Amino acid sequence: MSAATIAPASELGVLATVRRGLRESPALRRGLGVTLLLATLATLGRLVVPFSVQRATDHGLLAAGGVDLGVVLRTTAWAALVLVVASVLSGIANARLFAATEAGLAQLRVAAFRHVHDLAVLTQHAERRGSLTSRVTSDVDTISMFVQWGGITLILSSLQIAAATVAIAWYSWQLAALVWLCLLPMAVVAPRAQRRLTAAFGQVRLRVGAMLSAVSEAVVGAHTIRAYGAADRTARRLVHAVAQHRDAAVRAQTLAALAFSVGVLLSGLALAVVVVAGAFLGIAGELSVGDLLAVLFLVQLFVGPVQNATEVLNELQNAVAGWRRVLSLLETPLAVPPPRRPRPLPDGPLDLELAGVTYAYPDSPPVLHDVSVRLPAGARVAVVGRTGSGKTTIARLLTRLVDPAAGVVRVGGVDLRDVAEEDLRAHVVAVTQEGFLFDTTLARNVAYARPDATREDVVRAVAELGLTDWVETLPLGLDSPVGQRGEQLSAGERQLVALARAHLAGAPVLVLDEATSAVDPATELRTSRALARVVAGRTSVTIAHRLSTAQQADLVVVVDHGRVVEVGPHEELVAADGVYAHLFRSWLVSTT
Amino acid sequence: MTAPTPEAEPGSTHRAAHEPSRQPATITGGFLRRSLTLLRRGIAASPRAFAVAIAASALWGGATVAAGWLLGRITDGVIVPALTGDGVADRDIWLAGGALLIVGLVTAACVALRRVYAGIAAFDVQADHRRRVSRAYLELPMAWHRRHPTGALLSHASADAEAAGEVFVPLPLAIGVAVMLVMAAGAMLAADVWLGVIGIAVLPAVLVANAVYRRAMTPAVSRAQAERAHVADVAHASFEAASVVKTLGTAAHEVALFRDATEQLRDANTRVGRIRSVFDPVLDAIPAFATLLVLVVGAEGVHVGRVAAGGVVTAAYLLSVMTFPVRAIGFVLGDLPRSLVGHARIAGVLDAPREPDIQPDTVADPVSEAVPTRRDPVDVPSASRPRGARPRGARPRGARLELRGVGLRVPGPAGPLDLVRDVTLAVPSGARVAVVGPTGSGKSTLLDLVGRLTPATSGVVQLDGEDVRAIPRTRLARDVAYVAQEAFVFDDTVRENVTLSAPGDAPVPDALVWDALRRAHVDDVVRALPLGLDSPLGERGTTLSGGQRQRLAIARALLRRPRLLLLDDATSALDPVVERAILAELATFDGAPDQHGAHDGGPTVLMAAYRPATIAQADVVVHLEAGAVVDVGTVAELLARDAGFEALLTAYDRDRS
Repeated sequence: MSAATIAPASELGVLATVRRGLRESPALRRGLGVTLLLATLATLGRLVVPFSVQRATDHGLLAAGGVDLGVVLRTTAWAALVLVVASVLSGIANARLFAATEAGLAQLRVAAFRHVHDLAVLTQHAERRGSLTSRVTSDVDTISMFVQWGGITLILSSLQIAAATVAIAWYSWQLAALVWLCLLPMAVVAPRAQRRLTAAFGQVRLRVGAMLSAVSEAVVGAHTIRAYGAADRTARRLVHAVAQHRDAAVRAQTLAALAFSVGVLLSGLALAVVVVAGAFLGIAGELSVGDLLAVLFLVQLFVGPVQNATEVLNELQNAVAGWRRVLSLLETPLAVPPPRRPRPLPDGPLDLELAGVTYAYPDSPPVLHDVSVRLPAGARVAVVGRTGSGKTTIARLLTRLVDPAAGVVRVGGVDLRDVAEEDLRAHVVAVTQEGFLFDTTLARNVAYARPDATREDVVRAVAELGLTDWVETLPLGLDSPVGQRGEQLSAGERQLVALARAHLAGAPVLVLDEATSAVDPATELRTSRALARVVAGRTSVTIAHRLSTAQQADLVVVVDHGRVVEVGPHEELVAADGVYAHLFRSWLVSTT
Repeated sequence: MTAPTPEAEPGSTHRAAHEPSRQPATITGGFLRRSLTLLRRGIAASPRAFAVAIAASALWGGATVAAGWLLGRITDGVIVPALTGDGVADRDIWLAGGALLIVGLVTAACVALRRVYAGIAAFDVQADHRRRVSRAYLELPMAWHRRHPTGALLSHASADAEAAGEVFVPLPLAIGVAVMLVMAAGAMLAADVWLGVIGIAVLPAVLVANAVYRRAMTPAVSRAQAERAHVADVAHASFEAASVVKTLGTAAHEVALFRDATEQLRDANTRVGRIRSVFDPVLDAIPAFATLLVLVVGAEGVHVGRVAAGGVVTAAYLLSVMTFPVRAIGFVLGDLPRSLVGHARIAGVLDAPREPDIQPDTVADPVSEAVPTRRDPVDVPSASRPRGARPRGARPRGARLELRGVGLRVPGPAGPLDLVRDVTLAVPSGARVAVVGPTGSGKSTLLDLVGRLTPATSGVVQLDGEDVRAIPRTRLARDVAYVAQEAFVFDDTVRENVTLSAPGDAPVPDALVWDALRRAHVDDVVRALPLGLDSPLGERGTTLSGGQRQRLAIARALLRRPRLLLLDDATSALDPVVERAILAELATFDGAPDQHGAHDGGPTVLMAAYRPATIAQADVVVHLEAGAVVDVGTVAELLARDAGFEALLTAYDRDRS
């Protein structure tokens, strides 16, 4: 199960997630020490305002011999200078932080992207494409939002709280203790609020997914919805999904608001306590007016970050959730692990062999039982059988999209599990039923098989398959755009492009999944001609849905209920009057 | 060849006449006017929540200023006398603390109220946009959908709706801050004119800095957004192509492409960050410098006896608490352009012309008036009847289909394009018609015109003599079932996928659902699923194979017992044996076929087909080329006289032998 699906999120705790996340993005930590030092200096610079208020009050406004303007001017001039320096330092620290996080998160994106392509085909299929995309885009964006907006705030806030505490204690340790005492309840409230907020924002994200899925149904299923008058049904689902999202968002927002106002309330309490206690301390001769005023200003510096703590914790939750989703992707094990000591595949035509192979899809009974069959080098092989007989699984095993549960698959005598991925793909190429086309030109789609292919290579590949005349019927020839997913071409034409692509790849072994969808006869004719040419000189295994293909093959492998029941040339099998002969007769009847 | 004449375009004329006169969603005018309209409409979407949020926010602004004013009073009346030894009653000190505590309480309560209700209001605006956009998606015609890529439509409902509502989150706060600024300026002015001037000057200074900031930021942010979209595009396309990438072993190439895109995004984001790094400290420093200025000016005022020390403390304190809130005004101003852009994109969808459901009396078509409308007795609506299923005993007869001069002309890159032209055809009840022709000959389009998924631009389509444009959508959906080329599966259970039950429908009995599944030869597949009819099928039915999806879509059509069945190459992934069985069993609806022929009880079938085996199932073949009918007749007749048809059919056979 674990290999077939990607967990919605990693199970790691908050700190473990952040640590693991930082490990995946080494660039994020580069130069962090200097950045923190600059940020610390910038934060200390902010203390200059309360200090100058104190100095200006005690030695300027309330100076023994009347107001001393000189002291006020000198104090403020110094303070202005310190502010400028602090601002510059804070700017540099921010810029460094931005550069480091963006570099680090770019690494994380690429790592996650690479992992998606390394995952098993089954896993890729089981996932919604949109969800995979969101893991390398929006999920990483939430992390960067946090690191840049909240993360720096978190660090600076801690620094600011520490600096303000020291400064208040410098004037009066009693007041420092009282301020801490007033805001202590936050230490109890914040973690609780954080836990509940985690759950609430988790709900919001789930609802966003459900809402988008409902919207996409209305868009992608537009034709069916209209044809069946199902608009009301879809509308009901949509309205429900939108309302659910709104409710979840409001709930999370309300929780966050309440947690934040607890901070505001405690700040007000701290201010009142400082005024009262400060006055009594002053009467006792422990504090000057300027000292008390400075403390009042310092309390502002102190409570600001405390109030923001819940906000930052929200963002931290979002970031951790995003991080967990990306990490869970990276944690998904690869179904086909790379070999520890790869063995090279020999050159030239290769033979294929399944020896005692059993395979079961996750959480399902086996689809292949103890299959053994040898396919000689250079042979044209057709695999036939009813839907669900296990034909497609054989193709997946031969191309190592999956590994057998028992038994061995060999290509050129080498166990596929010992072959490096790159070597394998250079020797064994598969043409799937739905050969995906990129939204670019025909030529680029053909050249896709070999990123280094030249225009001449493409022209030659097309000519060798006898497709030049077809290409010439297209408005711009090889430069014709194929549209999104190749929509400008018919299904049959897309298959032609896939064949040209496979031919250009130049691998000695081809595994073809024959297209089942009907195509117009002219394309059909071209396809069979191109097929005949593409398999020449190669070992080819075709998962045949039409028995005309089997008729032309050198060897027919008949699969029935997960077992290979017959192997041999067409004529022999027809004469043998077994499973194949029966299939062939009913096919003949149905097509004439 | 029929050139569409103005009166032959009912779609456009009726649209003009029956479009309800509602206010267009698109906002026009200058930036200020558009912004105010946007804000007004948003507030109108959730007036009570906005009222509470704004009132709480204003009260909060006032309380904050009151705290500063109180602190000044306390400094002058309590702290200075107490600490300079003038002697103050303990009671006064406690009173001062109590007063500050009460102000703190009010502030906290207001903050809570403001945030909760601002959230409700903003999410209401967002949800309202989402509902309206998705409603529009359901109402807009197929042709509109074909013109707009899925990705863009999804982003209107997600990112654009979010952007359009974004500005409403900080709006109440900004209004509260404005109240606070006015009051704070008043308090400072009351203490001293010059201190007041400094207080008032802070706002324009912040606004100017913010404007400069925004001007520098906008291009950087739009570039970053474009790069982000590009990264998403690259990732999405690459993941869609995952099987091809895997089987061709081009993962390294894909990673290189993605890395390129990612690094562009990284650079764009870093640039945004650099601009922020310059402006953030500047914006933070403005109130701090103002505080220092207050000290200087205040000292001078105290020196000449113009102002009390408490006044200076008040001014300085107010400036220090305003540092952050003042920026909220900047947030609103900063969010406005984004919100306007988001709203404009949504408005484009909302204002797209809908296809009106033309009522019978609005069709001024001489043809349909000439032919008396026959009402089928089984159409009498019955509350207890499941959608699409007919009461037992009433025998559904195939609809009589008639096309007269039907055409579809669309604007093309080089002038108007006729996708279908002048198709005239009469199909008797229960007949089975195959529409054949090469790719792009207009087969699917013709089916769309018959099922009224696209309104014809010329000619008339009639079901039993009734113009399809005059048939209400609900009845049309019941009588005509359409199975498209790509079987669409809803993210729901098997049962829901087959019944597509609407709100308030009586549940369809399981027996009927199973019967439809059995007729579509997919009952075995469903029976093998862990939860049977209640098994979820996942997004787009990823758990099913292509052939299984097609059969499920056929079951959906058959459950309705349609009178006209449109099959657009809908059996292409099926085994020919299964296909033939499904078509043969169509005739056995509501009991056995009668003695005259097998088709009498079944629906009229119009199917676009390629395979000879499929075509052989048809009573009549219509051969289309370039949107026009070449020939109509039985397979044998066409083989005898239509060389093009023979080529179509035998090319397949030649290949086989």
